Amino acid sequence: MDILFDVLRTAIAPSTAAFALAAIGLNFHFGLTGLLNMGQAGFMLLGMYGFAISIQQGWPIWIAILVGLAAAAVFAVLLGWPTLKLRGDYLAIVTIAAAEMVRFLGRSQSLQGLTGASSGIRGSDYKAPFEELSPFPDAIVNIGPFSMHGSRSSSWWLTAVTWGIVLLCAGLFWRLANSPWGRVLKGIREDEDAVRSLGKNVYSYKMQALIIGGVIGALGGITWALGNSVQPDSMGRPTTFWLWTLLLLGGAATVFGPVLGSILFWSSLTLVKSLASAFIPSDVLAPTELEPFSLVLVGVTLMLLVVFRPQGVLGNKKELAF
Amino acid sequence: MADTAFVSVPHEPGAAKPDPILIAEGVTRRFGGLTAVKVDHFEVQRNTITALIGPNGAGKSTFFNLLTGFDHAQEGEGQFNGKPLRGMAPAKVARAGMVRTFQLTKALSRMTVIENMRLGAQEQPGENLLRAFAPPLWKAREREITEQAHDLLHRFKLYEKRDDYAGSLSGGQRKLLEMARALMSKPTMVMLDEPMAGVNPALTESLLDHIVELKEDGMTVLFVEHDMHMVRRISDWVVVMAEGRIIAEGPAGTVMANPAVQDAYLGAHHDTDLSELTLEDDE
Repeated sequence: MDILFDVLRTAIAPSTAAFALAAIGLNFHFGLTGLLNMGQAGFMLLGMYGFAISIQQGWPIWIAILVGLAAAAVFAVLLGWPTLKLRGDYLAIVTIAAAEMVRFLGRSQSLQGLTGASSGIRGSDYKAPFEELSPFPDAIVNIGPFSMHGSRSSSWWLTAVTWGIVLLCAGLFWRLANSPWGRVLKGIREDEDAVRSLGKNVYSYKMQALIIGGVIGALGGITWALGNSVQPDSMGRPTTFWLWTLLLLGGAATVFGPVLGSILFWSSLTLVKSLASAFIPSDVLAPTELEPFSLVLVGVTLMLLVVFRPQGVLGNKKELAF
Repeated sequence: MADTAFVSVPHEPGAAKPDPILIAEGVTRRFGGLTAVKVDHFEVQRNTITALIGPNGAGKSTFFNLLTGFDHAQEGEGQFNGKPLRGMAPAKVARAGMVRTFQLTKALSRMTVIENMRLGAQEQPGENLLRAFAPPLWKAREREITEQAHDLLHRFKLYEKRDDYAGSLSGGQRKLLEMARALMSKPTMVMLDEPMAGVNPALTESLLDHIVELKEDGMTVLFVEHDMHMVRRISDWVVVMAEGRIIAEGPAGTVMANPAVQDAYLGAHHDTDLSELTLEDDE
């Protein structure tokens, strides 16, 4: 029973929602436009830094959010400007390298005063303005079997806000994907030259998609940071690969694919971890080996999924599959 | 009218036409040391069907890409309907009214036939990001576009397939879809790169009819083709390229008899009857 609650708690956790957000951004890139963005973690990290540093400067929370989103938009323009005219794989190389550059820049000692270098920025340094907006009580609140703080850190307040944003962004995806604008992007995903021959400015559309997806990624970063802390190494390459995994798991080019993917991915990870710690004796598998072991199992499951259901859980095989 | 348009035109390479819609002057495209295209002068008469033929590697497809903005020449000027073409992006060329199809068909496989068609239309305000949020701004235009698409699909006998993914169509149907999609923009000139390649003989007739209809609807057609029967059947004027240059021009009947043309073809295909000539792909 406890295991079930653990799994459900992960399913509704703000971090799960934050990953769903970043995956919705990636869905704009890959699902809709076919852009291979291998650096979504970089967009998230920029959002986090922009937000946390602005708050530390004493700026109001709305400005801080805008700074985080604007940083991601500028990053998208910088990455897209030289690469979007080239073939798709160049964008993949540039984004993975650029995301690492953001991480290393954040870690560098010379920026210690701003980013806190490799130890990052403590949650208590920037969470207060958000927590003060909470209508929930400033204490532990039990709703059914779930027990979370009302306002602090990974709280009911953050849960409500983050899932609210997820719904908004899913709605945004739905509206845009089913508009003539989205149709042009899908055309670009299929064949750029064909779309060019029909009189559309392919470069401009790809840039718009890159910016929108990156900004939503930054939003995911900000909400993730509000439940955890700003730590450059938590937004490394594995984060990007997890985002890809859960997007493809849920189904790319679908409205709720990234959301379902995030819930399934994180809850199955919790499930495997809890089951392993409950049933495998610790002399066979030490507690420190639980995390890598569950990742391996999840990885195998995903491989099976790609083999037997390449379109993901919600995807349409005729529209987008591996 | 097209039949009389060429009366005064001399049967020689680079001949001037009475009312040219497309003009190219001194177009040179080199790939490293290889000069793929070197066309001194080229004109296409308005509202006619002009065929561009030539042996493999003659530079026809490259010339086509240069004219439509998909490739850029090192030297030379072009003019379409009075507008200079030099340095123009392919999307702008298309918006100016010159749309093309591709030798290797580019149907957008994982979109439905009707979505393929709608994408071809111009002036859909909903293709702008901000307006896309407000359907009332683009629904009316979307209905017009859909109606236009249905008409074209009826004409090209693809109406029953409108909700199928383009990837599920046969090769010939994809050719038809690509041509129909190009017509969605209501072009003044249609450029067809090997419209018959890979199309089964049963469909060939209807494709030919469609091309002739384009002319009847007031459009100008320029096409690259290897099938000489087709060239004879529908073209008003034939331009022959070999080794990057235009070597002959004239009506289909006389141009085949031109010794320069026979040399160009027989050099590569000495054992083929010229009138039976059906070459493979160009690239």
